[in-house]
Amino acid sequence: MTNENKNHDKFLHEENKIREVEAPDGSIIKVDPLNDYFLTDRPVVREPKNKVVEKFLNWARAESLWVLGFGTGCGSIEIPPLVTPRFDAYRFGVQMRPTPRQSNVFIISGYLAVKTLKRVIRTYEQMQGPKYVLALGSCTINGGMYWDSYNTINRLDHFIPVDVYVAGCMPRPEALLAGFAKLKERIKAGRAEGANEYAEKFDWYKANQKKIINDWNMPDYNW
Amino acid sequence: MENIIKDIQNRFEVSDIVNQRDNITFVTCEKEKTIALITHMKKNLGFKHFVLMTAVDWIEDGLFQLTYILNNPKKKLDVAIRTFISRENATMETAHKLWKQVSTYQRELKEMFGIDFPGSPRVNESFILEGWNDIPPYRRDFQTKEYAEKTYFPRPGRKTNDPSEYMKKNMS
Amino acid sequence: MDIATKLFYVFLGLFIVLNWGMLMSATMRKIGARIAGRYGIPFYQPWIDLVKLYSLRDSITHGVMFYLGPVFRLAGGLGMFLFMPMIFGSEYFSNFSFAGDLVLIMYFQFFGMLGMALGASEGAHPYSAIGISRGLSQFTTIEVPMTLAIISLAIQYHTLSISDIVAAQQGGIMNWTLFTNPFATIAAMLSLLGAFGHSPFNLVKAPNEIPIGPPTEYHSSFLGVLRTNAAILHVVEAVLFMNLFFGGATSWLELIIKSFLIYFWSVFVGVVFPRFRIEQSVQWFLKIPLLFGVIAIIIFM
Repeated sequence: MTNENKNHDKFLHEENKIREVEAPDGSIIKVDPLNDYFLTDRPVVREPKNKVVEKFLNWARAESLWVLGFGTGCGSIEIPPLVTPRFDAYRFGVQMRPTPRQSNVFIISGYLAVKTLKRVIRTYEQMQGPKYVLALGSCTINGGMYWDSYNTINRLDHFIPVDVYVAGCMPRPEALLAGFAKLKERIKAGRAEGANEYAEKFDWYKANQKKIINDWNMPDYNW
Repeated sequence: MENIIKDIQNRFEVSDIVNQRDNITFVTCEKEKTIALITHMKKNLGFKHFVLMTAVDWIEDGLFQLTYILNNPKKKLDVAIRTFISRENATMETAHKLWKQVSTYQRELKEMFGIDFPGSPRVNESFILEGWNDIPPYRRDFQTKEYAEKTYFPRPGRKTNDPSEYMKKNMS
Repeated sequence: MDIATKLFYVFLGLFIVLNWGMLMSATMRKIGARIAGRYGIPFYQPWIDLVKLYSLRDSITHGVMFYLGPVFRLAGGLGMFLFMPMIFGSEYFSNFSFAGDLVLIMYFQFFGMLGMALGASEGAHPYSAIGISRGLSQFTTIEVPMTLAIISLAIQYHTLSISDIVAAQQGGIMNWTLFTNPFATIAAMLSLLGAFGHSPFNLVKAPNEIPIGPPTEYHSSFLGVLRTNAAILHVVEAVLFMNLFFGGATSWLELIIKSFLIYFWSVFVGVVFPRFRIEQSVQWFLKIPLLFGVIAIIIFM
């Protein structure tokens, strides 16, 4: 796969345009930043190991959910109370991590503007599989109160695979804890294969994403 | 307040003076005189604080209304200055030299209404909408609902009710 | 004793140290939670985390040094363990300690940090680089009072062998370095706070500062190696201080009690005091701990 670099695209940033640079020895080199500076590989499907081992590993994955602390919408204000004495999500093995590389659970907390969606996709792709998405609030299901907005997406599951939806506007932290419980059930049953699904239906997801995000300016798959 | 209004009335021929509250007055000024009026109010009348700047689309009259709200922190007074510009080729003189933050408002207005402010820093960069391809979304001829249904994969099965009739049915 | 038996006991000791280290870190987080009024993690959470980290399906790399960073870090922890006499008088758990092991252990303490610097900078993440520069500058200043205290011990006991230092402290609590050389003990115990990296001095790896510093880019099994090393390192550091200042241990039970108390000292300070900024902690280490270290040297000159 190569990253499509449409030089005529009016939203292509200056630093991503195909250009010619002069090397120190005087020769002219053609640089295509999107293909030269980034990897161009597609995500691949990782098959689960044999049944018994996978069951144990899934149990470990379910009991150790590392959440990415990236507040994407108004619901992000419901996440900090989780670690306070009143709700104490640490009891259930839920911990906050500051970087996408180390987290497994991505909480999409509410509405997503197109601008945020771009960052969400980037972040989701940087997480290491198996990874899970917990969509919080009505806005992620059908747009919620922003369903006819000019800049807010309606259905999150058209852009990244979603494991658990928590309905409400906004759901209370208890509902979020219930969502974690549901997610654990799903992982233990071996049904939370969002990363593989993303790899399988990669073209469909990319087409949907690119339909909305005109200002793409990043590689097709962000490692 | 009255002295201030009288002063700017004499100097800049402002019209349509509306006293919203004791400390808030709306005035209307001609497009060409607006920046001079704002400069005068900042330099000489103590309106040091720029509260906000916004636009209204009067599509029937073919006009955009720009509103600048200024605040006098010492006397605790607000004056809102309205000015009307044509909807076709909407351009307005920039005011970013008086307050730096005005350029951000102008950038937003350029994106949302398509009002141009020549000379304002970064006015052509995208503000909230990245890669917007349609007419500016806050213009009233922009069909928001149609655009959303066309673009954002609406989930089938959503029911909508007219609020007034729905409440009438439920209240009776 | 032939080398096979030796290796068997080394690995047995490593196994005990690793699990004790995990349990200690869980205990520390539990104590922190109870002080905050929370129930906290279950005590077996670190093991689950470790299993999960090693079992993630994806792991991407940024090059050879990126692989080697965690390996160097683990080598630092293992190196400290290998040359550390764990149980005094025990033929089996003295590991590979020899006459000059104290110097080697001091070196290994810094070695992991340097390896981490190389690996994290290959990750090319700007936060990793900032984290590394902060970590190195803080660790350099931690080393100063600690080294002074250890030089003071070397002058006092005329040896650089940890086994000999432990042997000299046997025969009653009043023979401990804690009482024979209190200034060196104070200097070392203050620098220990930084070496463990708990609250006043945890800016380098704190999740809510610049995202967790050096390991920003590390994930899955890379992070698993780092976590394994952290568990080993915590116990070995505590054992080092136990050997140098608190009379060593003659049984595993004594080792566990003493190392827990030493560890608890840093946890106790950690839950009471808020976090220092990096320049504050650098200045702090170069004031009182340094002063005590210099006094400890002058006394035994």
